[in-house]
Amino acid sequence: MIVNEQVAIDHGLKKDEYVKICDLLKRSPNITELGIFSAMWNEHCSYKSSRLHLKKLPTKGKQVIQGPGENAGVVDIGDNDAIVFKIESHNHPSFIEPYQGAATGVGGIMRDVFTMGARPIANLNSIHFGSPQHKKTKNLLRGVVHGIGGYGNCMGVPTIAGQTSFDSSYNGNILVNAMTLGLVKKDKIFYSKAAGLNKPVIYVGSKTGRDGIHGASMASASFDEKIEEKKPTVQVGDPFTEKLLLEACLELMAGDSIIAIQDMGAAGLTSSSIEMASKGNLGIEINLNKVPCRESKMTPYEIMLSESQERMLIVLENGKEEKAKKIFDKWNLDFAVIGKTTNSKKIELFFDDQQVADIPVNTLVENSPMYDRKWKKAKLPKKNKIKKEELKNLKIIEVLKKILSNPNVCSKEWIWQQYDHTVMGDTIQKPGGDSGVVRVHGTKKAVAASVDSSAVYCWAHPLTGGKQVVCESFRNLISVGAKPIAITNCLNFGSPENEQNMGEFVECVQGIGEAAEYLKFPIVSGNVSFYNQTKEEGIKPTPSIGGVGLIKDYKKMITMDFKEVDNIVLVIGKTEGHIDQSLFARNILDEKNGPPPEINLFNEKNNGETLLKLIEAGHIKSAHDVSVGGIITAVSKMCIRGNKGINLKKPKYLINEIEYYFSEDQGRYIIEVSKDSLKKVIDILNRNAVHYDELGIINEGQLFINEKTKVTIDELRTSNTTWLINYMSK
Amino acid sequence: MKSSVITFPGSNCDRDMDVALNKFGFKNKMVWHNDAELPKSDLVVLPGGFSYGDYLRCGSMASKSKIMKSVINFANSGGMVMGICNGFQILVETGLVPGVLLRNKYLEFICKNVFVKINNKNNTYFKNLDSEVLEFHIAHNEGNYFCTKDQLKEIDDNEQVAINYCDVNGKTEDQFNPNGSIKNIAGIFNKEKNVLGMMPHPERMIDKSLSGEDGSLFFNNLINNLK
Repeated sequence: MIVNEQVAIDHGLKKDEYVKICDLLKRSPNITELGIFSAMWNEHCSYKSSRLHLKKLPTKGKQVIQGPGENAGVVDIGDNDAIVFKIESHNHPSFIEPYQGAATGVGGIMRDVFTMGARPIANLNSIHFGSPQHKKTKNLLRGVVHGIGGYGNCMGVPTIAGQTSFDSSYNGNILVNAMTLGLVKKDKIFYSKAAGLNKPVIYVGSKTGRDGIHGASMASASFDEKIEEKKPTVQVGDPFTEKLLLEACLELMAGDSIIAIQDMGAAGLTSSSIEMASKGNLGIEINLNKVPCRESKMTPYEIMLSESQERMLIVLENGKEEKAKKIFDKWNLDFAVIGKTTNSKKIELFFDDQQVADIPVNTLVENSPMYDRKWKKAKLPKKNKIKKEELKNLKIIEVLKKILSNPNVCSKEWIWQQYDHTVMGDTIQKPGGDSGVVRVHGTKKAVAASVDSSAVYCWAHPLTGGKQVVCESFRNLISVGAKPIAITNCLNFGSPENEQNMGEFVECVQGIGEAAEYLKFPIVSGNVSFYNQTKEEGIKPTPSIGGVGLIKDYKKMITMDFKEVDNIVLVIGKTEGHIDQSLFARNILDEKNGPPPEINLFNEKNNGETLLKLIEAGHIKSAHDVSVGGIITAVSKMCIRGNKGINLKKPKYLINEIEYYFSEDQGRYIIEVSKDSLKKVIDILNRNAVHYDELGIINEGQLFINEKTKVTIDELRTSNTTWLINYMSK
Repeated sequence: MKSSVITFPGSNCDRDMDVALNKFGFKNKMVWHNDAELPKSDLVVLPGGFSYGDYLRCGSMASKSKIMKSVINFANSGGMVMGICNGFQILVETGLVPGVLLRNKYLEFICKNVFVKINNKNNTYFKNLDSEVLEFHIAHNEGNYFCTKDQLKEIDDNEQVAINYCDVNGKTEDQFNPNGSIKNIAGIFNKEKNVLGMMPHPERMIDKSLSGEDGSLFFNNLINNLK
């Protein structure tokens, strides 16, 4: 096939990018080479629109062992233990084929983690669907949930937490973000940097098929009406093979045979081989006839661009081939020596005794395009003037029930019951709490993890929204008694070629960076997913933040269920009555404008750290952060979980009851303390200048404000638990 | 007491079972599916997971593994063999216990705590347990127990039903059946009661920080009965 400009454009490259390729090679590429360039230079692999901005994120910290740039981030949790973690998107494939798309998303992220030598110990996910009324939503939700469960359950890794939201901006482009945490000994971490000349390059795992060719390019384009035709670009997963691959890799890693290892994810053999060569400043020579293929007559082009799942590339020490092969034979996996490292600094491919590609590695990596895209700064919207008259007519209990049954607040038990969340025998906080928590096997330590996003806030004002998501993650970890360590981010946005969408990206990233810097909560890994849009319409900007924290003694973990009648309930943090962009404003008042609640990073840090001190001192019986739906929603959930009620009183503020109960001011937590420790708790709060209100006293089973305004907890539970089950069974 | 846990390709509760058995005093050995001989054991456990990726039918390929010949001989000569979840599916595929396990009635994987009522205490697994009802944990996609009418009669006549799904008070009504199993059956014995297959995972209930502690009751009692 003759390669020309049109062929390059058909591969998703821009005209000037093709010219650049010809300049770099000093000739035109052949078809295999063009395929390799298109795979390496697409948005998904090259981060060409985002690199410039991502550089500004804080990525260092006392506990950070490995920041962005490897397969996953690594943090130190003491005693020679480290946690490897990352979140990644699989949005486009999941919309086209929900089961396989979601399943392979989970498979891919687990591979990223065990490539580094870590055994996966927990999975999380953040999934976002269109409006419940949209004709595709139900099937997409069912398919995605089955896919996530199908893969994670088979791998025997518990899915311990997640987030699900519905918003019409995802009607034509759902989001599926999967996160994995793994546990590794600090001195047994594996990296992807090749080293040494003439070292054997080994291919292990599944055979290479024709599935997923150009998957990464598909993920770098917008959807149009021909999207269904893209089904063949979705990979097909086999969790059974991945389970074998995991065990085989960990067995090989226990020895000293491996120099470098890299999973074949997006852009398959192409990106894995180039990554290893580039990091080691080496060349790689591969004989494509040696690659185990599932189908006959596969061309070099197809072999290089296949995204078949469950494959790894390894650079071994010389002479260790037999020993390694034995392990992969035991697990019934393919093992082939396909090439060697060289000093050419080129990627050289051979097929049927002919050279089919000859590309300097730096042209693909360092010389890949980088764009400073135009972007538009967002203005802070004006505050709405909410008519007090309008609020007076509302009945608190009716509003509360509506909010508890709102698709974005209601119980997601239907979803997480389909995920095995208890396998491995260390899950001490199941889904449905503020964070999932797993013990570090055989120790007193536990690791907490949460995944959050607030698309509505980010859409209303990206800078504030970006900060808010990081703060929410911080709060969710603190609420279970964990000290926040670091985060991973999955940045889901519309087209970078659209100035408004690009602006949303730039300012969300800025917000994330500012909050992460202030809270000493660095970003150690992540991924960017652009082009989440159908035709011209982008999704609401949706950065997902995956936070990880440490509980030194798991017996001190906190849960959100109210524990004991007569205990006192306080709210930490000041309630100003910010209604704009709250669930209440958007769904009850039908008011979609206005700014999101402000973020005060000083209060955020101070309130959170003070609560950790209270938890450490053993004063806290239960805790929960206040998020969408405000104080009364948070309290109701604590009542439902603990099967207790509360006598609520509004403190003597100037704001009215509705604003007090439903506003979404930030930096707040609800805590339960015993009468005996109340004085000590108040002392500590005062000493640290933390604002608090006394909210009420726990009772047997009623949410009671006054004789006219009360409801049983059973009734609230029904509101909270039935919506999703009914929706899915209709 | 010596125990063996068999690891098949795709087993994923083998480590959890190893942890549990060791915790309650067994000296446990992990046995690879491709081995021919079982080590000397007082109890053999087929653990949960997705042996052979559940391909063909859950448990069917594992039931033909090399080690299974020894396990079947061991069971037929009166040895104690317990299959949990996928292990139960393997047991029905070998024919050591009657019936089959179909896909859950609502076609979805279920992971949650359930209550089970002990139907028969006249055996080494449950004898001397004080409780009538245990809180166990299930996590499966194919736990819907089914058998023919004739088989059911035989199972009843021989008192082979081990545990039934129920509520906290031991009521075995339909609404407490999580997966559509015939007669709420959660676990059954062979005729001689030395082989037990059950869907719930007692190994996930061995610590009060986890889903509960009724698994501890079960294992403590089991090792005492074996002594």
